[in-house]
Amino acid sequence: MRVTFPHMGNLWISLKAMLTYLGVQVIVPPPCNKQALQAGAKWAPEFACLPLKLNLGNFIQAREMGADTIVMAGGCGPCRFGYYAQVEHVILHDLGYNYQLVVMEPPEKHIGELLQRIKYITGQNSWWQVMQGIRFGFRKACLVDQLEKRAFYLRPREKRSGSTDKALQEALATVDAASNWRELEQAKHQAMQRLDEVKTVQRPVLRVALIGEIYTLLEPFANLELEKRLGEMGVEVDRSIYLSEWINDHLFLGLVRGMRSSKAFSQAAAPYLAHFVGGHGQESVGSAVYYARQGYDGAIHVLPFTCMPEIVAMGILPRVSQGTGLPVMSLIVDEHSGAAGVQTRLEAFVDLLARQKRHKGAFA
Amino acid sequence: MKGFLGIDVGSVSTNLVFLDDDRVVQHVLYLRTQGRPLQTLQEGLKKLSRLLPPKTVVRGVGTTGSGRHLAGVMVGADVIKNEITTHAVAASAAVPGVQTVLEIGGQDSKLIILRHGLVVDFAMNTVCAAGTGSFLDQQAARLNLPVDQFGELALSATSPVRIAGRCAVFAESDMIHKQQMGHSLSDIVAGLCRALVRNYLNNVAKGKPLLPPIVFQGGVAANAGMRQAFAEILGQEIIVPPNYHVMGAVGAALLAAEHALSGVPSRFKGFKVAQHSFATGGFSCHGCPNNCEIVEIREEGQIIARWGDRCGKWSQELDSGCGEVEKIS
Repeated sequence: MRVTFPHMGNLWISLKAMLTYLGVQVIVPPPCNKQALQAGAKWAPEFACLPLKLNLGNFIQAREMGADTIVMAGGCGPCRFGYYAQVEHVILHDLGYNYQLVVMEPPEKHIGELLQRIKYITGQNSWWQVMQGIRFGFRKACLVDQLEKRAFYLRPREKRSGSTDKALQEALATVDAASNWRELEQAKHQAMQRLDEVKTVQRPVLRVALIGEIYTLLEPFANLELEKRLGEMGVEVDRSIYLSEWINDHLFLGLVRGMRSSKAFSQAAAPYLAHFVGGHGQESVGSAVYYARQGYDGAIHVLPFTCMPEIVAMGILPRVSQGTGLPVMSLIVDEHSGAAGVQTRLEAFVDLLARQKRHKGAFA
Repeated sequence: MKGFLGIDVGSVSTNLVFLDDDRVVQHVLYLRTQGRPLQTLQEGLKKLSRLLPPKTVVRGVGTTGSGRHLAGVMVGADVIKNEITTHAVAASAAVPGVQTVLEIGGQDSKLIILRHGLVVDFAMNTVCAAGTGSFLDQQAARLNLPVDQFGELALSATSPVRIAGRCAVFAESDMIHKQQMGHSLSDIVAGLCRALVRNYLNNVAKGKPLLPPIVFQGGVAANAGMRQAFAEILGQEIIVPPNYHVMGAVGAALLAAEHALSGVPSRFKGFKVAQHSFATGGFSCHGCPNNCEIVEIREEGQIIARWGDRCGKWSQELDSGCGEVEKIS
């Protein structure tokens, strides 16, 4: 059994760590790229959202590398993502790619269903070992997020453009290479050190929050490398969703203490949107309120074309913007997104924020 | 003569303007880009250098438009700014106190909201280009009308028909339907103008407060039908500034003039670049699975810029001398 899974930013580091820890053979698809998107968009329904198309592309490329089993999340609720695993499986089957599909989703009748699926992948490992594997993967996820956050700080302040990205890539590779707990502790040290080597200069920066749909936020290929582009313009960003926080919220049900939780976002959304609208729609609205309170200069709302929950949020965000004074710009992405258009919108938004801040004399 | 050069390389048109030292527009060139931004820009520079007196000193150059980086590298620009900023700057200079700028170009439609000379909000068309210049162009061509007569024809309408304007494809089908029903061409064309204005207000303006004075610029502002439709639907006077079709270039030149005040000498390479051979090429980098598409720009065989790589392997190889970059200008 050679297991593969879809890409979503740096998710692969932690998933690969967990599965390899348990002795499962893993095939990581090539990072999301043009070919994957083309392959996916070719066979996907046109009005499916970007994540489905990229997932498909990942699976097609992974199959060519010898993968035969897909592990994927599922779900239930108004967001279409819940049935993506099944739809993708059928499309792949029609294309002649014979894949086994294992969907991790809330069980219909009994928790045994989920446990059975996990057992299918993890084979002879004891439950205790499985727990250790999950812990190991989670630890890497936390580490990756820590590195990314550090990069968010460094990028707008770096002395030599591109040095942060280079350091981050090397640091992530170090973390990826660690195969046991002892190595991981060393890797953590090395990775942090590598980022500390980035030379910075003191310069005024803007703070912009990236909010919206999880996949397009986490996958740099999907959002046309928003974080990097903004960093290069001198903007320190923060993301409303980090992988480790999402895992803690949804898989560990908030067991790990001291982590930010999306519950805070849902609560903050109350004056504007008081109920669940599927996906992360409510959290998107709430995160705008949250970041306004944190004194951010602006927020960019990212969503895939045809995403229903985020369209709801997009409709409400102008009111949040009015109520809180936080400028919000929405960015819709799909396979037709042009880099030039995105760059223009970002530059214009950053220009506007910088001019406003300078006008207020608040540039620290 | 001394002055400032503004260049706007857009998807449909490439515009050049020359401002004198008092920031008065002296020369205006409006060229079709035709998918060849480098050649068009060179042609424009040649034409402009012929219009200018021999001893002209260019004290600063600004570029804007979707080809601003390409143009900036080519001519050696001092200021490279996005369209929102340049259009806002140009509009404020033309109509002091302007609060709303409607700008419709070839591919993009924009709305800029200013208060006290400061951009406070902006919007651009998101996923759809219905209601931009290209679509009007296409419809004019389909109806076999020169695009400059299009607007005049709309003004002669007696009872404009209602066209479904949410999407360019639907709009065209609906226009054909109304044609076959026997409506007059002028009524259909006027209806189309209104549909596009409605589309703009729904998809771009989205209920933002459009306070007067309202300036309408961009190539589409030439269209009398569109001007009238905006005036009727908004119930406001619509001001079209004299150089409405090249406001981006004007703004870029104004920003270059502002930049020159700081005393930094211009990086302009001179009009001689019009004679240089420029070539763009590209290749796929197979250094990693990202398979980035790298674009190279060569001047006289020498690579002067590269972009498109995610890791910086190719682009940073060039600027090794000037690694420090300026952020937020």
